[in-house]
Amino acid sequence: MFRNQYDSDVTVWSPQGRLHQVEYAMEAVNLGSATVGLKSDNYAVIIALKRASSELSAYQKKIINIDDHIGITISGLTADARILSRYMRNECLNYKYSLDAYMPLNRLISILGNKMQHCTQRYDRRPFGVGLLVAGFDDTGAHIYQTCPSANFYNCKAMSIGARSQSARTYLEKKLDELSSASLEELIKHGLRALRDTLPPEVDLTTKNVSIGYVGKGQNFKILEEEETAPYLSLIEGEERRGGGGGGIADAPADPLREGEAGDDGPRDPIPAVAMDTTE
Amino acid sequence: MFNPLESAPPLWHNGPVPGAFYNFPGTQRIPAANPITHTQSPVTTSTSIIAITYDKGVLIAGDLVASYGSLARYRNCPRVIEVNPNIILGAGGDYADFQYVKSFIEQKIIDEDCLDDGLKMKPKSLYCWLTRIMYQRRSKLDPFWNNLVVGGLQDGVPFLGTIDKLGTAYTDKVICTGYGAHIALPILRDALDKKTNLNLNDAKALIKRCMEVLFYRDARSFPKYQLGIIDKDDGVKIEGPLTVEENWNIAYMT
Repeated sequence: MFRNQYDSDVTVWSPQGRLHQVEYAMEAVNLGSATVGLKSDNYAVIIALKRASSELSAYQKKIINIDDHIGITISGLTADARILSRYMRNECLNYKYSLDAYMPLNRLISILGNKMQHCTQRYDRRPFGVGLLVAGFDDTGAHIYQTCPSANFYNCKAMSIGARSQSARTYLEKKLDELSSASLEELIKHGLRALRDTLPPEVDLTTKNVSIGYVGKGQNFKILEEEETAPYLSLIEGEERRGGGGGGIADAPADPLREGEAGDDGPRDPIPAVAMDTTE
Repeated sequence: MFNPLESAPPLWHNGPVPGAFYNFPGTQRIPAANPITHTQSPVTTSTSIIAITYDKGVLIAGDLVASYGSLARYRNCPRVIEVNPNIILGAGGDYADFQYVKSFIEQKIIDEDCLDDGLKMKPKSLYCWLTRIMYQRRSKLDPFWNNLVVGGLQDGVPFLGTIDKLGTAYTDKVICTGYGAHIALPILRDALDKKTNLNLNDAKALIKRCMEVLFYRDARSFPKYQLGIIDKDDGVKIEGPLTVEENWNIAYMT
């Protein structure tokens, strides 16, 4: 069951300088259904693909409202996301109570980053197994932030996380130059196309499995569910689908979507055939 | 039968009584210490602040004296300050309390600068924050004995608000505290009724006039004063010390 001998605890380093438990937590994000975030100069949009755990259950909510000017979409452990969203809501309310102003996104994200970092450095904690895309609008404009279980966060022009999200990122990278001047409707269309690219050919976006959230200049964060998404879905209906079946998870090298950050593929640990023999 | 209204007899003669405090015989009884009350009244005080908005900014004026009762004890106590490029602040009341409030406002600004995200606090935020602080302190029965006047530019729009020692707060186009609320405020309101959109020179002339009237009428006032200006184009300036032109000829009956 052990992948190697250096992953027994979050705080244990491997000789290659890696924290395996944190890296495993990063994988939890890839298990959640895909979600897309993108922004123009005046709007930030998040679009999520909802999943139902069984035929009998309802679709799991993926977009959570934080404040009038912030919303998040989640991928990974929903329960962990609810803890984080409660924390973010609290911080926004406290900020509003004491300063009568909306909390700037960068400040919220950096304290959230600090909160998430704590549990990557304590043996009695585990990292949050969830990735977030945070959409918001403040005095410095529209923002999309991505957070990871490793407590890294990135300021993004557009981003997608979750299962098979590589195809969505590929789409977004291709359209990156069009985004900044796009209208809200165009942004949503791009987001839906990106999300559709993550689906296997036999599945399509429907009003049941898509939710859309947006926020912008003079526009409070709004979530569209069910029938409200229909007008936007019909806009991209019948367009030829590209890619589709693709969707590698592990292959994301240096990332043009992130603002001012570049990915880094460190050296890999050798993985022994039998890392730890526990049957003796 | 147990009767809660009747206290039980002592366990033995001069002994402890069940359910009551017991003091050992022979020990000295220390009288209950009274709570500190000296923080509930001001000591070294300053008088009115007068403030007015004009089309492109805000003016706040206050004189330089800090009185010890009726004695003009300190004659160079500035109480109009620049908080940051968006905000100026004036304060009346206990000067020590003002210095303390000032110290943690400055700390707040330093903390914000340390975040280094290019964002600067706006006057509405400081006004709200100070309201919380003043109300919290009055709720501890240990109020900051001040009238605070916050002026500034909220996204380019002039903002003027005041908070008193109870945490009561309001915003207005003209604000005067202390004696000025009785003497200067009617003058300013009257002027504003006659001409709603003042420019900088109108506003400055009005402030000058008010400081003059206050100096003649308010026994705790002083002819030297400072004038804080925050202007959309010229930013923040604290002018002064300016002097009221005294003329006591009027006092002689001829």
